[in-house]
Amino acid sequence: MNVVESNGLGKRYGNTWALRDCTLAIPAGHVAALVGPNGAGKTTLLNLTVGLATRTTGVVTVLGGMPAGSPAALDGIAFVAQDTPLYKNISAADLLHMTRNLNRRFDERYAKARLGDLDIPLERRAGKMSGGQQAQLALTLALARRPQLLVLDEPMAMLDPLARHDFMATVMTAIADDGVSVLLSSHVLAELERVADYLVLLSGGSVQIAGEVDDLLACHRVLTGPAAEAGEYIKRLNVVHVRRGEAQAHLLVRTNGTTEPVPSGWEAHPVSLEELTLAYMRDPAAAALPGPARAVVQPLEVRN
Amino acid sequence: MTVGKGSSAADSSGAASPIEFRLDHASGIPTYLQLVQQVEHALRIGYLNTGDQLPKVRDVVALLAINPNTVLKAYRELEIKGLAAGHPGQGTFVKATLSQATLPELTRLRSSLLTWLATADTAGLDEDGIVALFTSALRDFRNQRGAASRDSEGVA
Repeated sequence: MNVVESNGLGKRYGNTWALRDCTLAIPAGHVAALVGPNGAGKTTLLNLTVGLATRTTGVVTVLGGMPAGSPAALDGIAFVAQDTPLYKNISAADLLHMTRNLNRRFDERYAKARLGDLDIPLERRAGKMSGGQQAQLALTLALARRPQLLVLDEPMAMLDPLARHDFMATVMTAIADDGVSVLLSSHVLAELERVADYLVLLSGGSVQIAGEVDDLLACHRVLTGPAAEAGEYIKRLNVVHVRRGEAQAHLLVRTNGTTEPVPSGWEAHPVSLEELTLAYMRDPAAAALPGPARAVVQPLEVRN
Repeated sequence: MTVGKGSSAADSSGAASPIEFRLDHASGIPTYLQLVQQVEHALRIGYLNTGDQLPKVRDVVALLAINPNTVLKAYRELEIKGLAAGHPGQGTFVKATLSQATLPELTRLRSSLLTWLATADTAGLDEDGIVALFTSALRDFRNQRGAASRDSEGVA
């Protein structure tokens, strides 16, 4: 089952396309990270997925084919928006009460136990809580709906390192306990490395790369060697990004497998998710789409 | 390599695992591999023995805030290596051990090594010098032993 599937999905605000021709298939059971520079269309894609925005073109379905925004889809998805918005003057207990009455499914026992574990007093108003507590409260309200898909827009942006860790620990525990699938957008690449096993990189409103992290890492590597020979390999190999000094050059290369021989005089290194993501973000024209065949939009072009 | 059969694997004297994982984010080593290496290390040192339970996936996830699939991948790797076995509904247990000596033996060896290190220090060797000397001696030892018994397998 794909938790999110889109085909030619686009969204236009006035004359500006926030998202264009977005074709994706994110399988269930993953923590999918949505990354990309500011204005790449991340929030737009998330809003379309959870039904908070209507598409201009194309289709988007969730949880195995349900139209995004349909009542059945809404029941299965929980969304925590950017900056974890809460009613600041309302206590945790009242927010719980309200959320229970606004949703068809709400596990109040789970929510109360969770807040108890976190030492968040039920009578405290949301506005009086620390940033970390507010984020945890919003997350608890979302998880208590027992979603199949949890969507988080920049969940860690406002949090200190400890609060980030605790927040992600809650999310990861929900995955271990209930098999929740997660789609989250974030700029914190180093932290994504620990949690994400599926990556979607948006750039200028379109999908630049998408696939399972292990597959993406396995089909990329960095070649380090004499700068004088770099030009030749840039022509021959599928080079995503080049860093060149006077004598030495680093080429981030996309391979079709791990067995390709390393040219003599060159060294091959594996890439990290952060390195890979940064390289593609620096070169918006480069594209690589391995992973499940249905996620592939078009064959890769060799860059010069 | 022999596979020690943990016949008493099902005994459950307390659910907790003898070890806990930690992560070194600066090491550049993939997370699942760090978990695999820590289990192997614990097996070598004797912290883990046949029949011991590895930390429960949920506990690792809650402690380290990492993807459960990463822990499962590490445990799968350990199963492939024949070091661990998963028991559905119970957890993952140590199936074979890597330690070639008992804990008291290891303690004795360690203290004699410390004595040797003190001697080396008195002789004026710095840490790099000690490591170089040890590595070279280990290589000589391995070569001699390899020549003596051609058919014994060398497990790294």
